[in-house]
Amino acid sequence: MTFISPLGILGKIAGAIIIAFLGVILGLFYRGLDRKLAARMQARVGPPIRQPFRDFLKLMIKENIVPENAVPWIFNGAPIMSLVATITILFYLPVGNISPLLSGYGDIVLIVYLLTLPAIGMVVGGFASGSPYANVGAQREMVMMMSYELPLVTTVIAIGWKLSQVYPELNVFSLAVINAHPIWGLVGPLGFVGAILLLITLVIVTPGELSKIPFDAPEAETELAGGLLVEYSGRNLALFSLADATKTIVMVSLTIVLFFPYNIAYLLGLSGIFALIVDTLFFLVKLFLIMFVEVTFIRVAAARLKVDQVSYAYWVPLSLTGLLGLALIVLDTIIV
Amino acid sequence: MSKKTYSIPIGPVHPSLKEPMTFNFEIYGEHIERVNLAPGDNHRGIEFMGRQRNPVQIIYLAERICGICSASHPFAFCRAVENAAGIEVPERAQYIRVIIAELERIHSHILWAGVAAHELGFDSVLYLSWRAREEVLDLLEYLTGNRINYGIFMIGGVRRDITEEQIPRIRKTLEYYKDIFAKLEDVFLSDPTIALRTKKVGILTKEDALRLCAVGPTARASGITKDIRQDQPYAAYADLEVKAITPDVLTGEINGDVYDRIVVRILEIAQSIQIIEQCLDNLPSGEIVAEKKLVKLLNQLKKAKGEGIGRHEAPRGEVIHYVKLAEAEVPEVWKARAPTYNNLMSWMPMLIGQQIADIPIVIASIDPCIACMDRVTILNKDNGQKSILTKDDLHKLSVQKTRGITR
Repeated sequence: MTFISPLGILGKIAGAIIIAFLGVILGLFYRGLDRKLAARMQARVGPPIRQPFRDFLKLMIKENIVPENAVPWIFNGAPIMSLVATITILFYLPVGNISPLLSGYGDIVLIVYLLTLPAIGMVVGGFASGSPYANVGAQREMVMMMSYELPLVTTVIAIGWKLSQVYPELNVFSLAVINAHPIWGLVGPLGFVGAILLLITLVIVTPGELSKIPFDAPEAETELAGGLLVEYSGRNLALFSLADATKTIVMVSLTIVLFFPYNIAYLLGLSGIFALIVDTLFFLVKLFLIMFVEVTFIRVAAARLKVDQVSYAYWVPLSLTGLLGLALIVLDTIIV
Repeated sequence: MSKKTYSIPIGPVHPSLKEPMTFNFEIYGEHIERVNLAPGDNHRGIEFMGRQRNPVQIIYLAERICGICSASHPFAFCRAVENAAGIEVPERAQYIRVIIAELERIHSHILWAGVAAHELGFDSVLYLSWRAREEVLDLLEYLTGNRINYGIFMIGGVRRDITEEQIPRIRKTLEYYKDIFAKLEDVFLSDPTIALRTKKVGILTKEDALRLCAVGPTARASGITKDIRQDQPYAAYADLEVKAITPDVLTGEINGDVYDRIVVRILEIAQSIQIIEQCLDNLPSGEIVAEKKLVKLLNQLKKAKGEGIGRHEAPRGEVIHYVKLAEAEVPEVWKARAPTYNNLMSWMPMLIGQQIADIPIVIASIDPCIACMDRVTILNKDNGQKSILTKDDLHKLSVQKTRGITR
């Protein structure tokens, strides 16, 4: 922890506002891309890319209904908590070579904790809305949270452990450090296979974390009519949709940081401001490609699973894949 | 320790239901303990309307009992009236009726497949299968002038002929479906997520299916070889030797689950293609309607006296129409029994013990048509309350009525 001057604090605050703003806009823009691509794959025309922005503005001017048997302060507070938690993660994420705003004040373990907060916000909001549909949805979301945590943490720990073996002197869980040392360069052939298994684990955890098909049991449109969100309307729903859009960016960025932190500026021999621009653009391209695989493609290619199937899938096959990946990386290190 | 259950109402308006119908579920955790059906939200009094029209006008109403079975209801109704009035239908008309009815089966089954995929959250399959359905709708429009309510059935025959020039167009559509059939089969029967959600879900045993009088694909998926086209062939089916399809043809076993119902419907699409091809090959020549002059036909029906029953194997199962003609312009009685009415009670054994997540697909798996099925709703005019009549109440009412007549 370093001491920050008052000017530094002001800078951080300004940076936070800018990042929050950009993150939300980027999230809505990528949601538009996602919807358009999914539509094209389903033989539909699809909405224009600016549709999520219009939806958001429309929701903001709509009436905000609080059900009679809801607990108003929790009901209204949950969406804010979700959005704030999601935006906070943005401050820890490195973009290209730009180190994160709050670099040094928290690491990837903190992010794993923060990632559960939006989900908890939705659970609390669901229970507080006093509808049986929302209640069932909230119970399912809790089961989901318990299920996807283990594979997610396995992936994070495996990479951290490997880094700690190679660079014992560094703070291995810091995102800036992980971002600077891609896992693929550190491992041998065995560890390479392990890293691929870990990547698969993370790719499958992401749609669960984001409540997308096939892991959208908590919201399940045809079963629970929106589940957790069934009673939400107007401003509260708009905030939840912002939180969801931003969380997509966060989860996809996490994959980039853990597995694809490469930049192209130095390959092109650029430096200074140009390098910054090129790397940022390259980051956005990576964001798009990985979102396409993790969110859009999986969502159009599968049916919705039941919640017991989801938790089985996460606890048994996926956790085993993650642990096998971890074991291979450990083995790789021990043998070499 | 007693289980603490909570209740979830599904319907009358819910995203998984395409028509209004209420289900009250008692849930323990995620499991269904009890289910209570409360139909009656979609009653339109269509039979009452029919009793104020002449039989030819009723065809128009019969077509609108259901938007999907818009060939099956007029088919059964025309057969009932022909049966009551003793009208002989020309052979060519019999074949054209069958062609239209089988085209309807293809479109209905593909529509169902799309809806089922949507209930499973697999929207891509919904869009793709409904795109495949467009071809048969285009063909129906080409043959009859309409995509949905074909307006082709007539008492004593059909209203439009299928000409020589139209036949290549029909064959083109059949070739199209033969081409995509393998793809349909692959998507629905080999996809791992669909199998996960439909195998061992919503099981209806053969005993239950017999006890609850299930009909159509619902019964056949449970292993009952019940198909009117096979059991009591009518129209052109008599020349074709239709066999009832059970899932063991493809999978070698009968489980009576949702997956088996998908298998039956997919196989029936292939069967319908075959039937239409046979009909086209053997299409006899001749008249298409027994009595061309409408006035003469109406006079004949006005003089007719007697009862008639018309049955037809609709895409969802057996549909029965009963008509009583009593030397009047309008029929004395018209009663339609849609297949969903029979299949309704099979929801009970299917749903109990399943999870909440299974509700949409199990409900969809019998391909319910609530509008066809709703016949009675009892309202107390004084206080506007709905009340339910039990079997005993109904028995008491009929005893009273009989005594009133005999006295």
